[in-house]
Amino acid sequence: MTNIRLIARLDVKGENLIKAIHLEGLRVIGSPNEYALKYYQQGADELIYMDCVASLYGRNNILEIVKDAAKNIFIPMTVGGGIRTIEDVTQILRSGADKVAINTGVVSNPKLVTEVAQKFGSQCMVLSIEAKQVSQNHWEVYTDNGREKTGLDVVEWAKKSVANGCGEILLTSVDREGTRQGFDVDLVLAVSSEVNVPVVASGGMGKPDDLLAVVIEGGAAAVAMADILHYKRSNIGEIRDVAEKAGLGVRRYENS
Amino acid sequence: MKTAEITVIDYGVGNLLSVSRGLEHCGAKVNMSSDPDFILKAKKVILPGVGAFPNGMRALIELGLDRVIQEVVKNGVPLLGICLGMQLLLDESEEFGLTKGLGVISGKVVPIPNKSVDGEIQKIPHIGWNSLVNSGADWQNSILQEVREGDAAYFVHSFMASPEKSEDRLADALYGGHKISAVIAKGNTTGCQFHPEKSGEVGLKILRNFINL
Repeated sequence: MTNIRLIARLDVKGENLIKAIHLEGLRVIGSPNEYALKYYQQGADELIYMDCVASLYGRNNILEIVKDAAKNIFIPMTVGGGIRTIEDVTQILRSGADKVAINTGVVSNPKLVTEVAQKFGSQCMVLSIEAKQVSQNHWEVYTDNGREKTGLDVVEWAKKSVANGCGEILLTSVDREGTRQGFDVDLVLAVSSEVNVPVVASGGMGKPDDLLAVVIEGGAAAVAMADILHYKRSNIGEIRDVAEKAGLGVRRYENS
Repeated sequence: MKTAEITVIDYGVGNLLSVSRGLEHCGAKVNMSSDPDFILKAKKVILPGVGAFPNGMRALIELGLDRVIQEVVKNGVPLLGICLGMQLLLDESEEFGLTKGLGVISGKVVPIPNKSVDGEIQKIPHIGWNSLVNSGADWQNSILQEVREGDAAYFVHSFMASPEKSEDRLADALYGGHKISAVIAKGNTTGCQFHPEKSGEVGLKILRNFINL
């Protein structure tokens, strides 16, 4: 088994790092790259930048933030938010990102998944899913930060997108996001057991132990963390130790 | 101390910004170029690249850079291929049919086995941090100098290099029990499958070693 990945997720609005609950009701945390650098130094395996307002106001801020991060942060970076065309993707990758995470853009145009995968490789195409539970073992895909219903079933949509060429799935539980109640393990298991690409669990990590269930029972290949890190309720080093003690493979990292 | 100058080959494939930023962070001056004359005069050359082998090779040929790189190698100029840039150094690749490579290191590029040695289905592409294991070579005076066995680097790939000669293998990574070439080298030419520019402090050490070779 490959090492599980510990990913710091940075939701960005304009120039600010923000944190929401259920993807709404944003609170300003600070400067994205101050936090990003700190997480890099703590040994985060990857960063995810999500631009919450890109579809409304364009993407200039996030491109500058990523370009700036690329000067002193040397781990993989995924950028999402408002991506609709292959030109958007090209622009983001040129700014130093390694992958793009797309939600709304591929719901309205599923062929974009294939286009991105063919041009830049499937590893570059991360399907971002915002999932809300509608009944037991049934979740619906939402777009626009959990506001718009799509009528799509999460598991079916994940399978279809993998067939179209997506190489990874960032699976955010809108229900758990920002609540600190732990990941939606059933949701992650429902998706990871049906696709053969890595699933990144996002939303709900309240304490380091929360990652164990979602990896061991849910089959997550990676966890995305925001609230727990931003509010310093834990740090990457401590979370790595918890994972390691439970017998999960993590990247060896020594801050030297 | 004189600033080391590194020429990064720009053939329209891959994330040149990250490689350049990594090298600059390590104190090098970076020139990006697709100009054959300029590349032939370079003191050190990096061949980056992400994406599919046939596209990469086609782009090199269109720019007349396939012969230029072969010339660079013949002249003994240190060359580092990264990811697809490493795979292009080999004789041929099976990605989307058979495509001829640069033939600088003997061997070919083959798909990563989709089953582990225990017969379990494994995820492709191989994405993530994986530990480097020594393939029986001396890491001193190579780009892996002072890297420790077990240090992790960031991999993203679906195909892997399979060098013909075992002495060309410097380091492997294990995926589902299979050995995957992580670093290969022959003379002054080195290739690494992972992305040093995305492999944190270990990766920066490797770039620094290349700069100081």
